[in-house]
Amino acid sequence: MKEKTDSILLSHGSGGSLMHELVRDVFIKHFDNAILGLENDAAVFKASNSNIAFTTDSFVVDPVFFPGGDIGKLAICGTINDLVAVGAKPYCLSAGFILEEGFPLKELERIVANMATIAKLAGVFIAAGDTKVVEKGKCDKIFINTSGIGVFPEANVPLFSKKTIKPGDQIIINGFLGDHGMAVIAARNELEHAISFQSDCAPLNLLLGELLKVDLGIKFMRDPTRGGLATTLCEICEGLDIGIKIFEDKVPVRASVQGLCDLLGFDPLYVANEGKMLIVAKKGSEQNLLSKLRKNPLGRNAAIIGEVISENKGLVTLQTSIGGTRIVNMLSGEQLPRIC
Amino acid sequence: MNWLEGYRSRELCEALAMEICRLATRPMRFMEVCGGHTRAIRKFGIPSLLPETISLLSGPGCPVCVTGRAFIDQAISLSSQEDTEVCTFGDLIRVNGNHGSLEKARAEGKQIRIVLSSLDAVEHAKRNPEKKIVFLGIGFETTAPGTAAAILKASRDGIGNFSVLSAHKLMPPAMEGIISEGIPIDGYICPGHVSTITGTRMYQPIVENFKIGCVISGFEPLDLMHSILMLIRQVLNDKPKVEIQYARAVKPMGNPEAQRMMYEVFETADEWWRGLGFLKNSGLKPKHKYYEFDARKVFDIPTFKETDPKGCICGEILKGLKTPHQCKLFARTCTPVNPVGACMVSTEGACQTWFNYEGKN
Ligand code: SF4
Repeated sequence: MKEKTDSILLSHGSGGSLMHELVRDVFIKHFDNAILGLENDAAVFKASNSNIAFTTDSFVVDPVFFPGGDIGKLAICGTINDLVAVGAKPYCLSAGFILEEGFPLKELERIVANMATIAKLAGVFIAAGDTKVVEKGKCDKIFINTSGIGVFPEANVPLFSKKTIKPGDQIIINGFLGDHGMAVIAARNELEHAISFQSDCAPLNLLLGELLKVDLGIKFMRDPTRGGLATTLCEICEGLDIGIKIFEDKVPVRASVQGLCDLLGFDPLYVANEGKMLIVAKKGSEQNLLSKLRKNPLGRNAAIIGEVISENKGLVTLQTSIGGTRIVNMLSGEQLPRIC
Repeated sequence: MNWLEGYRSRELCEALAMEICRLATRPMRFMEVCGGHTRAIRKFGIPSLLPETISLLSGPGCPVCVTGRAFIDQAISLSSQEDTEVCTFGDLIRVNGNHGSLEKARAEGKQIRIVLSSLDAVEHAKRNPEKKIVFLGIGFETTAPGTAAAILKASRDGIGNFSVLSAHKLMPPAMEGIISEGIPIDGYICPGHVSTITGTRMYQPIVENFKIGCVISGFEPLDLMHSILMLIRQVLNDKPKVEIQYARAVKPMGNPEAQRMMYEVFETADEWWRGLGFLKNSGLKPKHKYYEFDARKVFDIPTFKETDPKGCICGEILKGLKTPHQCKLFARTCTPVNPVGACMVSTEGACQTWFNYEGKN
């Protein structure tokens, strides 16, 4: 007899535990099928003879423009990264726009042009689209939905599965955490001139595309967007017979991001990223993987931040910077609403 | 950020932990009466560095946790009045009253606005003269001067559409209340922020009347480890006293200007504390001179009953008698997204802190 809310709250959109409950209790309950039930970043299934990946995401960021990107760049990168997370090569996308009456055409064009540039850079094309306009006040400026299809060019590379994760496996992240979320928060509070970092928003096939073609020991990946690294780690652990231990002083966070987080009461472990991939790698393969990641600008600050352990099953633990140990839980409630 | 890293030095923390282990040869119970301390202690995993002889208890130091349900009901009823908008600090909106929370009321279209400071609320009132703006005044000696400043500004600038629904509270009566109930504590880790305003004087009666040591602590792990060591030494020497560990922020006299402002606007009144009940002279209400800024005088607010949600043991937790894990609802029906009791609402509440950093079992 859980005490339920009877209407949608902002916290339902924040990527944390309330959102997981909503997805499970409403969407999966009614749409249920074997593929959706896996709750992966993208669905992987066979179409005729080959595997394809399919995903969709909606973007409602406020403000629409922020240091390092805008809602359009986010929409393209976010969908590409969901495809990359399951090991697929992004192939094509769709883009649906919901526009609020009165939104400046110039800004729309700027957003669309940025989308085209980033799609070209990432080697995908926009294959379908849709536009709806709603009355003023019925949506906030512009909402974008993107869906994407990815393919698996190397037929014999194994598909990722949480179930292959074993104690000893290493946890790798490709760079600094929290840049995106805090850049958006800075822009929202008109502090963008006071910060020295930008959103990390980037299409990660440019970093991982080549690595996915060969078996380098990657077992599982997920991009830590809303809910941040902490929530993503908890999702990975959930229901498995393993625990994950991370080391606070190995987790890369820029001093300036940490400073802004401290000032505003956020925890960088829960702040959204848009150009990060969390990689679970087979023990022994981590140094090779790390050196390959670090050769690419999108992975220059990659780090091994933790390992899979056999104790504390289903839990994420953190060794703090002062040597203490504590639990890391999923984001509960609303830390950063509407940032991706 | 380098100066901060100094207070998070692993080597120094380990050295302090060794000294604490060496000295703490018998059981000692220290209570932190500040939500910020509760959070920092658990976030940095400090209990895992301490010997089993040292227990850290969380006291009534989170303003959200000690706010009664009737206050939330009153705030919601105000937000339902015509042309009235309630301004509050964010934490409070998820606390359940007897009749829902401010967050749910906001989702139903009631006028509730989150502000970052009391002065924001005054500014908001100035910009919206057609509305009546009510600021929810919660918190201890740390936030009360801010609310006082807002009332003084509204009074100076002739802003007639601003008022305060005050549930401001004073720390010492609660600290004394806990010891008077006979709850065994060997020392208080005293709130750093509150003490920057009040200074050390207010803890003196606790030392003199109850023979319990008070160390005013900062919020970094090294501060807290150091404060624990200072309390252990006081206990071993049987010399309870008020000591300032957080000397970089706290002066013995506190901040006289803030105190002056606070007592210019407010006078003490009996106040309801969740878990502790009514405590004499433990709250602050606007003086008669400022009655036009006192929401209780300006509006006709219905009275509501103070109750505790069924099964919730917040009261015992706030007194250090039980830990969150001993609550049957903890992490089951009571979670940060669906808090049953107030201790689960704020990121500084004991239950939420345990939920976030200590795990569910
Ligand atoms: S877990 Fe929830 S119900 Fe139990 S004491 Fe804490 S706040 Fe109250």
